[in-house]
Amino acid sequence: MAVREAEPVGSFNEVREAGLDRDDLLAIYRHLLVTRGIEERGHILYKQGKIPGSFYTGRGNEGAAVGVATAMGPDDVGTPLHRDMGVHVTRGVEPWRIFAQYMGREDGPTRGRDGNVHMADAKLGMIAMVSHLPAMLPVAVGCALAFRIREERRVAVGWFGEGSAARGDAHEAMNLAGVRRLPVVFVCDNNQWAYSTPTHLGYAVEHLADRAAAYGFEGVVVDGTDVLAVYREAKAAIEKAREGGGPTLLELKTLRMEGHAVHDDAFYVPKELFEEWARRDPIERFRTWLFENAELRGEEEDEIAARVKKILNDALTRAEDSPQPDPATLLEGVYATPEDLDTPHHK
Amino acid sequence: MAEKTYLQAISDGLRQELQRDDRVFVIGEDVGVYGGAFKVTLGFQEEFGPWRIIDSPLAETAILGACSGAAMMGMRPVAEMQFADFISCGWDHLVTVAAKQRFRVGTPVPIVVRLPSGGGFSGGPFHSQNPESSFAHIPGLKCVCPATPEDAKGLLVAAIEDPNPVLFFEHKHLYRRIKGEVPDERYVTPIGKARTHREGEDVTVITWGAMVYTADEAAKRLEADDVSVEVIDLRTVMPWDKAAVLASVRKCSKVLVLHEDTRTGGFGGEIAATIAEEAFEDLDAPVKRVCAPDCPVPFSPVLEKAYIPQVDDVVKGLRELAAY
Ligand SMILES: Cc1ncc(C[n+]2csc(CCOP(=O)(O)OP(=O)(O)O)c2C)c(N)n1
Ligand SMILES: [Mg+2]
Repeated sequence: MAVREAEPVGSFNEVREAGLDRDDLLAIYRHLLVTRGIEERGHILYKQGKIPGSFYTGRGNEGAAVGVATAMGPDDVGTPLHRDMGVHVTRGVEPWRIFAQYMGREDGPTRGRDGNVHMADAKLGMIAMVSHLPAMLPVAVGCALAFRIREERRVAVGWFGEGSAARGDAHEAMNLAGVRRLPVVFVCDNNQWAYSTPTHLGYAVEHLADRAAAYGFEGVVVDGTDVLAVYREAKAAIEKAREGGGPTLLELKTLRMEGHAVHDDAFYVPKELFEEWARRDPIERFRTWLFENAELRGEEEDEIAARVKKILNDALTRAEDSPQPDPATLLEGVYATPEDLDTPHHK
Repeated sequence: MAEKTYLQAISDGLRQELQRDDRVFVIGEDVGVYGGAFKVTLGFQEEFGPWRIIDSPLAETAILGACSGAAMMGMRPVAEMQFADFISCGWDHLVTVAAKQRFRVGTPVPIVVRLPSGGGFSGGPFHSQNPESSFAHIPGLKCVCPATPEDAKGLLVAAIEDPNPVLFFEHKHLYRRIKGEVPDERYVTPIGKARTHREGEDVTVITWGAMVYTADEAAKRLEADDVSVEVIDLRTVMPWDKAAVLASVRKCSKVLVLHEDTRTGGFGGEIAATIAEEAFEDLDAPVKRVCAPDCPVPFSPVLEKAYIPQVDDVVKGLRELAAY
């Protein structure tokens, strides 16, 4: 089974066929802007010394993240990573809680127990990542296993970076999923770099998605800057999994448009590469598409921009008001109590 | 009530849980058609089907990671490591994901990992280990080490009910050697409560797992010396019953900590330190440890006998304490 390279998305009609109406398209646009806005403001907060530790962004990956998340059903679950802020935003995490998380405050999803994008809202079907990559892939497979055992029509989405694909967890997860044909979609954020390591030092096949064949399922390479193509391919893979068709490996190609984290100026990435991919900025690209295909007009665009700005401003204010966690609560929650099992998932 | 082996007690307890709770499933290498390397799940696949008794690929990270994911989706997975030793391949998942998820994001991970552990039959360095102290060191994990058939069943039920990741160390040397009365009905043996295996007044031995029987043999030998030995079976190493240990120390004033795992960094050190901190005034002799020496578990029967604490070693330690 050879890897398939997905076509770009053309007309509005094609998009409609894939299941999106104009409101959906504008929602995608909003999510893209909020995602980038959160990370840009996070960067400022960091420079102001308000974010302890390190700070990561997914600049360049917004379309990939929002595209996949838009394709997920309400009861589907996923394990997004450090480039996938767009997933949290699309699933409906309130931005102020993300800022609170960045700043280690009590109202962040981890109440200061963990930082940066190491967070998720279980009520929205998301499972919080750990640092170790790609440790969440076997967990995503386990979610899919639960769905399969209970014969539920739900799908799990597991994210990983092309660099972390070198670790055994990726292999074990995909192999188990392939053997059991579990309802899981593997999404590789291939941003061409793993910290300073280029892809040719990370894997030896042409496309990372070539590996899917080794696990007995389909691999698809998608331009990760084309949010609609990502959506269409993710939707197809998710619905296939839902229908019992087993896993798919989606490789979403982008470029990490900043350093690995704030401390890294990415001196090792050729300047021309940045210039080339800057011309393919996912948000700008989608904005142009909306102008050309969905009659986005200046006025409407301004309205959206103003709304996003207000969301972000309000969120920042609210997050800065969030209290610091109380050190007296440090030992809370090391062990779960039976009451903790009273969650939407453990029901 | 019926007399059962330790292995049968685990098997029956697990079957009962599978029968009463749809959320419980078993996953591991060769657990299905073959019934597991030690036959704990023999016949289970016929009864519960291939999606509840799941033969996995040879992939410990996938097994444990999948358990956590399924647990987060409301299942109650019971994983079998073919031998406790292979948990090293799943260490990262347990320690990095399963142990920390509740603390970080409030998500409980109720999984049970069954670990056939311990030596005594020339299993060599990779089929004989007792890695409980490594995991007892990890906040968020619980470690259970039953010594009797009754406890094995009751603690397995408790482990499945528990909202945390629980490592269930079942000692291979006890599987078919130890028999005892086991209630037929379901019951829960609480995690964190020690058991007095034998009452005594002069010296107390704190131990768990197969060493409970070694301690008991040694205690019988000390009767001839007119020394009365108490044996405390910790039952669970994390959490451990500090109150019961300190009470026994206060009563006997002399204490020997015994375990099959190696000495340095073994859990006995934690127990000894706690006694030193909290019961120093009650001691009439320094705390003594009898443990395996700091080397891998050897293969040769002669060497293995020198490695695993023997009744003679415990007798010697007890006599020294009695004479102190
Ligand atoms: C097991 C492990 N080793 C090392 C690291 C440190 N680290 C964090 S991100 C990263 C690069 C990851 O590259 P990739 O998987 O391509 O994801 P990207 O950051 O490019 O999105 C490294 C080496 C880690 N998080 N986990
Ligand atoms: Mg990368």
